[in-house]
Amino acid sequence: MGALTLTGVTKSFGTVNVIKGVDLTVQEGEFCVFVGPSGCGKSTLLRIIAGLEDATAGEVAINGRRVNEVAPARREIAMVFQSYALYPHLTVRDNMGLALKQAGVARADITASVDRAADMLALGPLLDRRPAELSGGQRQRVAIGRAIVRRPRLFLFDEPLSNLDAALRVATRIEIARLHRQLGATMIYVTHDQIEAMTLADRIVVLRAGKVEQVGAPMELYNNPVNTFVAGFIGSPQMNFLKAGALGMRSDTMGVRPEHIALSRDSGQIAGTVSHVEKLGGETLVYVNTPTQGLLTVRLFGEHDYAVDETAYLTPDPARAFHFDADGLRLRQGG
Amino acid sequence: MAQARISAGRSIAAHAVLITYTLIALFPVFVILINSFKSRKAIFAEPLALPTRETFDLIGYTTVLKQGDFFGYFQNSMIVTVASLFFVLLFGAMAAFALSEYRFRGNLLTGLYLALGIMIPIRLGTVAILELMVASGLVNTLMALILVYTAQGLPLAVFILSEFMKQVSDDLKNAGRVDGLSEYTIFFRLVLPLVRPAMATVAVFTMIPIWNDLWFPLILAPAESVKTITLGSQVFIGQFVTNWNAVLAALSLAILPVLVLYLIFSRQLIRGITAGAVK
Repeated sequence: MGALTLTGVTKSFGTVNVIKGVDLTVQEGEFCVFVGPSGCGKSTLLRIIAGLEDATAGEVAINGRRVNEVAPARREIAMVFQSYALYPHLTVRDNMGLALKQAGVARADITASVDRAADMLALGPLLDRRPAELSGGQRQRVAIGRAIVRRPRLFLFDEPLSNLDAALRVATRIEIARLHRQLGATMIYVTHDQIEAMTLADRIVVLRAGKVEQVGAPMELYNNPVNTFVAGFIGSPQMNFLKAGALGMRSDTMGVRPEHIALSRDSGQIAGTVSHVEKLGGETLVYVNTPTQGLLTVRLFGEHDYAVDETAYLTPDPARAFHFDADGLRLRQGG
Repeated sequence: MAQARISAGRSIAAHAVLITYTLIALFPVFVILINSFKSRKAIFAEPLALPTRETFDLIGYTTVLKQGDFFGYFQNSMIVTVASLFFVLLFGAMAAFALSEYRFRGNLLTGLYLALGIMIPIRLGTVAILELMVASGLVNTLMALILVYTAQGLPLAVFILSEFMKQVSDDLKNAGRVDGLSEYTIFFRLVLPLVRPAMATVAVFTMIPIWNDLWFPLILAPAESVKTITLGSQVFIGQFVTNWNAVLAALSLAILPVLVLYLIFSRQLIRGITAGAVK
């Protein structure tokens, strides 16, 4: 029994099946990230957990209690939305205290809870402002503060960083990770950004087209993906998929991460021409067009000078390569 | 702001068009106002002339205020307009919220059915409405007019408001649900304030035809005690002789309350508090 248990949850809109049977257990205090491409049903799944959508079939249980028929407000959850969703007519303090006020908590307790949450997020000076007077980053901090005030059993985050700019996104990401350590609460976090997933999660749930593809710790997914979808989704830049037959292997597809390919000007397994080079300072990404394998990405650490149209040779590290069958399923060693 | 990029020439042209339109629209009002302060002879001699020391005459206003219960008519019109407006906005907004917010079987059909009223004039049903009012004993009451005008105003209200309510952020309503607000609180406290400009638009569109209507007051409530101002002014228009002074004075006075209501709503049109709510 965990903080959240999903058993055979499905969701259909008319004849369209959006969630095709999800079983999942999230442990107490765990930071669980749902990740997948747009339209994979991750947000719908979160809304089912929140009670904003009804599951067509299956059971949702929070702390061992079936909550399918329980209203969102009584599920002991708090949700942070992508668009912040602050009440425009209320001050920051009232925004954060509204849920407690609705629950009939005494005024002094509400003030104490709001002040405690405001301290945690450095929102003190903003408490008397209205949402319109805040910047995007401040609004999202208020939205997170509103969630903290309720002391929920379960925090739900629906792509909370998508509307923020890059620098703010990193800062808020660190803030959320710090809050998770500080509060020790169970958190479910939806994102399409695999970097957010990798950096925040204790456990990642990779979803595709309404189905769970793989569940595991970030490094487990990185080092041990079950199929080409997970292998391609986790890791940036994306894994290279090579036609294994052309390299004299028995498997159908060989996946090699860009950091596991050696690049040389003189000799190597696959010949090609450099089509583009991205220098990021700490690392250099070289895109090589090969006649047999198409465009491959190589990630080199440090600065490297490759010129466009230069001939280059690639050698995948066989020990770090993944093998997949024709259906994209991973072939294990010796299997 | 994009305004900075619009050249002066374009701006002048746009203003010229708008000013011309304003003048055309205001001209009849202006003619009514100046003539209401002139003697009968002067009205016919030079209808477009401003009242001078010789032609200035308040006979129209004194006639109106002496003859008939003009303030009573005024009050009736106010009651009917404000009450109808209240019900149109309340029920229209509620129906629009249900149509835009909840998925249920027949949602689209219900919406279309409600919108049908925009295309079919309610006056086609006058005979049936009269029979209904006679049967329910509502003839010669203000309630009859309020009911009919509420029905008349609802289709457009539902149509416009449901479009606007679809634009209110789902996240905001869901945040309210997670925070334990009831659907009624979400409707009254979160959604209504955000569609206030649309409500004001609907109010203006609903109010003017009700205030100006002659048809239903004449048929459903012609009794002296429940006459509206438009019907009351008709006593000065005879088959053979029309007391133009009185008619123009009555019309001038009738503009005032509607102008006040319009000013109240138009301020709402401009004010937007959505900024900063989401994104």
